[in-house]
Amino acid sequence: MESLEQIKARAEAAVPGAKIDIVANPGPSQQSSLLIDNEHAVAVAKLLRDDPALRFDFCSNVTGVDWLDRTVKKTVKVKKVVDGVEKDVDETTEEKLPGYLEAVYHFYSMTHKHGPVIIRMRTADRADGARLSSLTPIYRSAEFQEREIFDLYGVRFDGHPDLRRILMWDEFVDYPMRKDYREPDDYEYEPTPHDDVLEKAKQHYSPRPQLDGAENITAQQQ
Amino acid sequence: MSATIQTLEPAAEQPTRLPPQMTSRLDGELLEVSMGPQHPSTHGVFRMNVALEGEIVRKLKPVFGYLHRNHEKIGENTSYLGSMPYTDRLDYFCSMTNNWAYALSVEKLAGIEVPERAEYLRVILAELTRLQNHASLLGFLLSDMGAWGTPLMYAFREREKILDLFESLSGSRMMCDYMRFGGCRVDAGVDWMKLAKKIVDFFPRFLDEFENLIVENEILIARTQEVGKLSAELAINAGITGPMLRACGVNYDIRKVDGYGFYPRFKFRVPLGEHGDTYDRLMMRVLEMRESIGILKQAFEQIPAGPVMNPKVKIRAFRPPVGEAYGRIEGPKGELGFYLISDGGTNPYRYRVRPPSFINLTVLEDLCLGHTVADVMVILGSVDIVMGEVDR
Repeated sequence: MESLEQIKARAEAAVPGAKIDIVANPGPSQQSSLLIDNEHAVAVAKLLRDDPALRFDFCSNVTGVDWLDRTVKKTVKVKKVVDGVEKDVDETTEEKLPGYLEAVYHFYSMTHKHGPVIIRMRTADRADGARLSSLTPIYRSAEFQEREIFDLYGVRFDGHPDLRRILMWDEFVDYPMRKDYREPDDYEYEPTPHDDVLEKAKQHYSPRPQLDGAENITAQQQ
Repeated sequence: MSATIQTLEPAAEQPTRLPPQMTSRLDGELLEVSMGPQHPSTHGVFRMNVALEGEIVRKLKPVFGYLHRNHEKIGENTSYLGSMPYTDRLDYFCSMTNNWAYALSVEKLAGIEVPERAEYLRVILAELTRLQNHASLLGFLLSDMGAWGTPLMYAFREREKILDLFESLSGSRMMCDYMRFGGCRVDAGVDWMKLAKKIVDFFPRFLDEFENLIVENEILIARTQEVGKLSAELAINAGITGPMLRACGVNYDIRKVDGYGFYPRFKFRVPLGEHGDTYDRLMMRVLEMRESIGILKQAFEQIPAGPVMNPKVKIRAFRPPVGEAYGRIEGPKGELGFYLISDGGTNPYRYRVRPPSFINLTVLEDLCLGHTVADVMVILGSVDIVMGEVDR
């Protein structure tokens, strides 16, 4: 199989204007990936599938990753004059990186039996309407998996033929796989003998006067 | 079952196996039927919304999520070791292969070596899992076709023997939780090996008997041949893996392609189908069982003595280096993969399961169009799904 640099060069030559970066993987698995910009993702995927030397015809795994806003601290040694003496002083700068949602695709070739090539796409931000282009028109196997990313991460895929929730029910509001998801406290509430839970649950249950005489029954029992 | 009637837009001509006068009984009307989720032949809580013209399927949309418990979120909130017993619950027929796929991914993520004996034990257990999975699948499939009870009980008789083996080794029949990253939990003793050999030696006799029962059965052939045909191009494009892909004639077996574990040391052939129909998918399982028996016999001969666990790995408070890894194995149902991202902590930052039976359902609609309702059950049975894995 060609190296990732060669594949990158090939894709950049074939798809003019495509911005492709190599995302290095620091771990021992040797699986680095290509970061592809959203506009040219479909064209690059088509090239990966159809190029006779590459023929990545099998899209194995499609998944989402949620990256929260991060602050990266960098410590740089700076020479400063303190009290008339030059000294090395550590200076810490904080850089705020905005969060994003990511879709990761693992491609293999059934023709040449090589792989994987991993490509990633990133949304601009983590807002509810974050968009990516769908690769389902190129790879049918992405159909359910992209639906799953939409369901659990809230990424909208442009060009997907049937983008609905797949694992959660249609009326569900939030995106449960996001890192900052908190389930509501009355979600599948079951009474337990813990005081704090009962206290918390009271907020969710107001008296129901529409039930005739319900209050009287409880009053009598008390 | 609930049913509503809706008007029919002029449907495109689709191939049917019924004579033409039978196709247009409900002229101009499609009947929308909800099949499942509580139906014995949906293999769990699985639902299909089907639009029928008479008895012919014109549209089919699968509905998932009845068994969804967000396995991946739970995996991200627990330690690396803590997820190992939970992988058993994915495809609860094949807990050994689930363990292996997860262990393989973590080993890739952290760069862990596995001792030789452990690799052999993994191969033995994975192939035993394949035997019992395929045997029980054939039983279920025949049960779906109306051969009530007998073939299923024959298959389960053999499956029980293998599950007894699993129980004596790991303490549990189905939720084995046997493998660890860096090896296996316990070693198999001499008695266990003897018993396993005996069961594997006996297995071909069961297979011969079973094959005689099913392979040339007239009803089975009528129900399966030319039913649910899948082309090789569509199968590759839709990410179909496992016996279902090889039934279309595509030679892609991850045991051969990736050569993980010690599979390159074994001689075995990859059976391939020709037509991609239900009958080929069924026969693929029979033939794969024969190859598995061959692998098992070689493994029993070759297995060396030695440790089964890499002593350098600290499985508790395990912290792999920052990075990501995708590891995959050839599970009995197809490519089972785990995608892990580590941020250097004790829990994975991202824990993703690539469920083969979920992705194999992508083409369910294409397989069923133009066939009758009764064929839908047979086609679904031949896909080989387990809802624990589909819904996760």
